Amino acid sequence: MLKLTVNGRSYAIDVEAEMPLLWVLRDHLNLLGTKYGCGISLCGACTVHLDGEAVRSCSLPVSAAVGKKIVTIEGLSKTSPHRIQEAWIEHEVPQCGYCQPGMIMSAAALLAKKPQPTDADIEDAMTNLCRCGTYARVKKAIHAAAAPSTTTARKS
Amino acid sequence: MMITVTRREFLKVSAAVGGGLAIEFCFPVISAAAGKDAAATEVNAWVVIHTDDRVVVRIARSEMGQGTYTALAQLVAEELDCDWAKVSAEFASPNEHIRRKRIWGSMSTGGSTGVRSSQDYVRKAGASARALLIEAAAMQWKVSAAECSVEKGVITHAATRRKLRYGQVAAAASKLPPPKEVMLRNPRDWKIAGKSMHRLDIPDKVRGKPVFGVDVALPGMLHAAIAQCPVFGGKVRSVDASRAGKMRGVKKIVQEDSFVAVIADSWWRATEALKKLNVEWDPGAYGKASNETVATLLRDGLDDQNLPKAYQQGDVNAALASVAKVIEADYHSPYLNHATMEPQTCTAWFKPDGFLEVWTSTQDGEASMKAAAETAGLPLEKVEVHKMMLGGGFGRRGGPQDFVRQGVTIAKAMPGVPVKMMWSRAEDMQHGYYRPASMVRMKAGLDTQGNLIALHSSVACPSILTVLMPQMLRNGIDFSAVRSLSDMPYTIPHQQVDYAMRNGHVPVGFWRAPGQQNAFYRECFIDELAAVAGKDPVEFRLAMLKPGDKNRMVLEAAAKAAGWGSSLPPGIHRGIALADGFGSYAAMVAEVTVNRQGELKVPRIVLAIDSGYVVNPDTCRAQAESNVVFGLGSMLYQENNVKEGRIVESNFHDFRLPSLSEMPIVEVVLASTGGFWGGHGEPGILPLAPAVCNAIFAATGKRIRSLPLKHHDLRRT
Ligand code: FES
Ligand code: FES
Repeated sequence: MLKLTVNGRSYAIDVEAEMPLLWVLRDHLNLLGTKYGCGISLCGACTVHLDGEAVRSCSLPVSAAVGKKIVTIEGLSKTSPHRIQEAWIEHEVPQCGYCQPGMIMSAAALLAKKPQPTDADIEDAMTNLCRCGTYARVKKAIHAAAAPSTTTARKS
Repeated sequence: MMITVTRREFLKVSAAVGGGLAIEFCFPVISAAAGKDAAATEVNAWVVIHTDDRVVVRIARSEMGQGTYTALAQLVAEELDCDWAKVSAEFASPNEHIRRKRIWGSMSTGGSTGVRSSQDYVRKAGASARALLIEAAAMQWKVSAAECSVEKGVITHAATRRKLRYGQVAAAASKLPPPKEVMLRNPRDWKIAGKSMHRLDIPDKVRGKPVFGVDVALPGMLHAAIAQCPVFGGKVRSVDASRAGKMRGVKKIVQEDSFVAVIADSWWRATEALKKLNVEWDPGAYGKASNETVATLLRDGLDDQNLPKAYQQGDVNAALASVAKVIEADYHSPYLNHATMEPQTCTAWFKPDGFLEVWTSTQDGEASMKAAAETAGLPLEKVEVHKMMLGGGFGRRGGPQDFVRQGVTIAKAMPGVPVKMMWSRAEDMQHGYYRPASMVRMKAGLDTQGNLIALHSSVACPSILTVLMPQMLRNGIDFSAVRSLSDMPYTIPHQQVDYAMRNGHVPVGFWRAPGQQNAFYRECFIDELAAVAGKDPVEFRLAMLKPGDKNRMVLEAAAKAAGWGSSLPPGIHRGIALADGFGSYAAMVAEVTVNRQGELKVPRIVLAIDSGYVVNPDTCRAQAESNVVFGLGSMLYQENNVKEGRIVESNFHDFRLPSLSEMPIVEVVLASTGGFWGGHGEPGILPLAPAVCNAIFAATGKRIRSLPLKHHDLRRT
């Protein structure tokens, strides 16, 4: 049995230690917001937070997540929607939307570290791929979510 | 039991997982009783109204990010005169569509036609429902409908100051005969359409709700991973499942003619077992096909002296023999995969009652239903397809319903159990219906003043229609292979377009703006001609466009917005291109820089587009941005190479997508002239590659005649 903490809830789950976290989330815990895009750390569709860090869950064995706080798009905010999600709605960021949970999780991790990111910070941190081409709006929405009044580091 | 599918419900169930912890999950089901929802009435096929005034608009087309789901709801709501804040949408059921004699028109979603070819009947449906609701209120009040007015779903009889809400009269309205004729609102008076309403599908998508085909979750559902013969046309020779069959979670190995699949209790376990399956493939007839055989096939096509003519005007040969100057160039481009971010997927469930339910990300719910029924050997009435949101489409999920056939075939091996099949990225990269590789030879004649007198183009290109719509071929001509050359906006006295249909073994399909390679060839070649003639690229084009031509207007609009002709900061260079198609007119100015190392940057793109009417300006701008990024990726990096009969690329490392840091500033001029219904999903990509390549010429003096750009050395020599 592996013990996992996902979005503040504890789970005991009997799976192979090497199963990537992505598939534990999607197929065993039924948390379907986190997406598969490439399976080899190239696209970021599978991005979740591990102790606050953005990680690509397709390439992370579940054993490496034991004892850590896992947060997925479903748990990004207790009081839904999160201000990043609000900014995403306001700026109509998603097109097909498939890459967006990963984008939002990456953006949330960036803002937690850098509440006032510059364009260059955003370009460095946001390496998620989007086939639909939502990049301009991703950038705009991150700036919008980084309200100037925010001084406290934002935790997921 | 006849299943009535009038609306989808989400049932909440609990399931025990792991150490006995209960987790909740949702799954979409079709409820036999759903039609009995007392609170909702179907006023007509498109409009469902709840007693609390919520309006649900049924959408027949698919949503893949292009915004049609919302735009069509806006058009219905506009004519219905309801409160937009209370509007939601749902997909019309393909099964019900068939049973009700195709009441929702076409379900096919492609060619940027979602709004264009359904706007008329959806608006009439909204107007008709409005008339019924007013009539119902008037009958209740015993007054004439003409004395009543509506605003935001509230009907008023001014003389007696009585009011009724839509929700109060919907049930009565649904029993009245629909009006024979309805008046549609003049777009000038639109209040809901024509406005940048927030897209209805976005809130769920940012919350990570399970809306996509890959997100289907049903009780007891299993997962399937698939491996198809890597060589197109090849087959499975033998399978040794001795190791894979014993692996954890594996339930079944399915062996078919051209693929094998593993069904397991999670997709990862199925995939791991698939890797351990010892499959021997019979490559069939094409095991030796390569880039070289493709190039030879196309080049031979260009050299053929007896090609059918796709277009002819004047006498191109005589003209070319007598002009002052003849210019000739060959252009080509590679196969390209759609690479939708969500891989192909299909969930199928052969239910104990003999009914087959399918969930899939499809651009055509009806085509999916037919494919499923055929594969299952069931009549259409016994099949339902649940249209899920698409994680990208771009033409991949329309015509070829290969994924549905596979999903149904696999589930058939486990009757009674829902099975969700999903392709790996590598499968998706190597089993597409690719944008055809093509080669074009163009020969132009200029007179002594540098006017373009004659243009002869030969196109060698596999035919998409032969694969997907053979009934649309005319005299050996596939119009999708010659468009942009056979239907030029320019006034050129002598023109001829020859078509060499050369079909290789690589499956081809409609890839965002099919035939767009020709726009690249044409607009780059026109730029070459302008340079030879010593003319400004905009002036050269304008001289060939008649006054009042919408092409002319967008060209001028793009040039003006981009400041064409004004001086630029050092190092920045401009290029322009013009192309119409998919209902609209588009012109683009690209600004580029090329440094000493030959590295290209595209900091700014200006697109002017005329789609006639605009239903949601913000969505149209988003589509422009989308087309720019999609076009840039294909132009800069992407190609699908053929080696030993198979596609070489397997993931995003060798099929690169642009990243956020490469995103240009995209300025969109919605140069809408009204009076017609265009499209936005595709036109924006047409001028992208040529505008950028023409800017590269301005920067470096180099002509780019083949893509992708990664093969070109852009250093100034
Ligand atoms: S699926 Fe994990 S990075 Fe692409
Ligand atoms: S929104 Fe479609 S892949 Fe990003």
